[in-house]
Amino acid sequence: MTTMTLSQAINSGLRRALEDDPKVLLLGEDIGRLGGVFRVTAGLQKDFGDRRVIDTPLAESGIVGTAIGLAMRGYRPVCEIQFDGFVYPAFDQIVSQVAKLHYRTRGHVRMPLTIRIPFGGGIGAVEHHSESPESYFAHTAGLRVVSCSNSAEAYLMIQQAIASDDPVLFFEPKRRYWDKSEVDENIGLDSWPLHQARILRTGTDATVVAYGPLIATALAAATVAEQEGNSLEIIDLRSISPIDFDTIETSVRKTGRLVVAHEAPVSFGPGAELAARITERCFYHLHAPVLRVGGYDTPYPPAKLEEFYLPGVDRILDAVDQTLVEP
Amino acid sequence: MSQFSAAIPLVQLVDPTGKRVSDGTSGIETSGIEAPGIETSGIETSGIETSGIETSGIETSGIETSGIETSGIETSGIETSGIEMFRALVADVGPEKLRELYRDLVVVRRIDTEATALQRQGQVGLWAPLLGQEAAQVGSAHALTEADYVFPSYREHGVAYCRGADPQALLRQWRGSAPSSWTPSEIGMAVPAIVVGAQALHATGYALGMKLDDAGGAVIAYFGDGATSQGDVAEAFTFAASWQVPVVFFCQNNQWAISEPVRVQSQVPLGERAAGFGIPGLRVDGNDVLAVLAVTRFALRQARAGGGPILIEALTYRMGPHTTSDDPSRYRSPAELDQWRARDPIDRIRLLLEREGALDDGQAGAVTRAADEVAGALRAGCLQTPDPAPEDLFEHVYTDPHPLIHQQRAALLAHLATLEGHQR
Repeated sequence: MTTMTLSQAINSGLRRALEDDPKVLLLGEDIGRLGGVFRVTAGLQKDFGDRRVIDTPLAESGIVGTAIGLAMRGYRPVCEIQFDGFVYPAFDQIVSQVAKLHYRTRGHVRMPLTIRIPFGGGIGAVEHHSESPESYFAHTAGLRVVSCSNSAEAYLMIQQAIASDDPVLFFEPKRRYWDKSEVDENIGLDSWPLHQARILRTGTDATVVAYGPLIATALAAATVAEQEGNSLEIIDLRSISPIDFDTIETSVRKTGRLVVAHEAPVSFGPGAELAARITERCFYHLHAPVLRVGGYDTPYPPAKLEEFYLPGVDRILDAVDQTLVEP
Repeated sequence: MSQFSAAIPLVQLVDPTGKRVSDGTSGIETSGIEAPGIETSGIETSGIETSGIETSGIETSGIETSGIETSGIETSGIETSGIEMFRALVADVGPEKLRELYRDLVVVRRIDTEATALQRQGQVGLWAPLLGQEAAQVGSAHALTEADYVFPSYREHGVAYCRGADPQALLRQWRGSAPSSWTPSEIGMAVPAIVVGAQALHATGYALGMKLDDAGGAVIAYFGDGATSQGDVAEAFTFAASWQVPVVFFCQNNQWAISEPVRVQSQVPLGERAAGFGIPGLRVDGNDVLAVLAVTRFALRQARAGGGPILIEALTYRMGPHTTSDDPSRYRSPAELDQWRARDPIDRIRLLLEREGALDDGQAGAVTRAADEVAGALRAGCLQTPDPAPEDLFEHVYTDPHPLIHQQRAALLAHLATLEGHQR
């Protein structure tokens, strides 16, 4: 076990992928000499050369579009989109091209791309640097969408994403980049499936599902709830597309209550999908409506307002309390 | 017409009467046909003086630029010695090869005619005719080798035919029976990009892969005049120049992007756009199959040798509608069509062959028979294409099993099983 920050864990995972497969290439803005604006790729160009860790011109559609050509040529490109709010220029290439080329070619062309996107708020950034755009991509057939919540998950999941023959959007919780935790660098890629949720804390009174940056928040909420006499089951969703409904369903059949938390706006967000599916699957086990805690349906606000926008421990606990109120 | 007095000369080797051009570049501009007759509107582009700031000498970083200077081609050289160079590039094209080009032009037009007819008969949903663009497609496709790779738009049926696409399957996509009409790896050609311009980036990335592989081949990206306004095409120029990868950008300027004349897209000839990206630009008479072959051979050789990207603007004309759903009489004049009919790419090479005594009745008959045969295969293949099974809906969305797709497939099949009279 090694203690490392989440950003170092992604760096180690990328390094291992570069070592294991000569077809893995990294593409992005400032990822080479600088090592990325968050230093996630620090040292990789120095060690693997500028033919494998490539500083691109400043054009996101260009980054993803050329990665498609590389994938068609047999490469396994890993694109970095510098910030969440910068992914939209690449939207067509991701949604119309990356997502559909396998389908359009009847399975003859594979798109083993990984698109890394630092996402979410909480770092006091200027506009376009704190967004949570995962729902746009989870809505698109052909893409896989995942998010890691700690160093061990980051190390494992980035390698699994790169190894996937389908395109994976890999959302990195940027405000957790500097959080340290233990990583087993000898872990096998088959130790836990990429698209399987993980129960981080068992409980009996209510289930709280979150992913990415809100896992730490949800765990903190569970600690507070415990002091108040409520036992929360915390599930790290990990995969937003496909969603592991089985794990959530099993938990909700036990607790009878579900709260879903994410930074993305609640309307049409992953929480909406979870609420609908879980209601379909275990309506008669629910003691309360499924509640969502998320970003408001406003643009991401200026830094001085983000503490009100972001779901924190208190808002999660409010929702939990609402589900616990007896009718 | 100073805005359209091209700085890059137009390469032409055979004139519209089938006569070989003796003194180099053509007079296609002076004949006034180049730009459809819509005056550029009131927005003035001039008046801002280019300043004296020089951008020079900063090294491109990342992938090494292979030491070949982008200025290697000096397009201005075409004016003096260039035409001889291009003529030399097709010196191997004797009567037999000329007849082969002629045959392919005729076959490709026949494919187009047959597909249009099949659309009118309700057998395919839509067709994007290439009528008038045969020489641009056949000439450029004949410059390609198996090691090269093609990224087309949706009108490159002629290129697909020359690459070996099966005519029997060519209408699958247009009939709505399948998402594409060929397997890319079998003919070295990607599936059509319908979002215009997106493929220029794919081509650039593929070319980077070729460069990293030291593969020796080159990539050609086809797109139209409308697509040049897309950001993706500009980004492709930028990336290709930055990386110095072997990609030929082949723009068929067919003068019309559905109803918009090329002047809506650009105030300079499209070939000149390249200069701003540090890419050589060439312009060719796209209805002169020999000139297109020569210019594309030149560009591909340059790219394969490490010379980086190059842009070719092939001036041609979309004689038909944008697609079978379009009605061009609403936006352009019959007179314009007549002007271009006089430059028909197939008439031109037939006249050349006749002038040079290289096409007897037997040979001409063989060409007609070849076209009939391909058209027959196209029609038969189209009519015999089975409708896909409902569960095909769920095939190939992902490479690996996916729980949602699995459930939805099962749900559809279960639903269909409940319907009376549903044929399985």
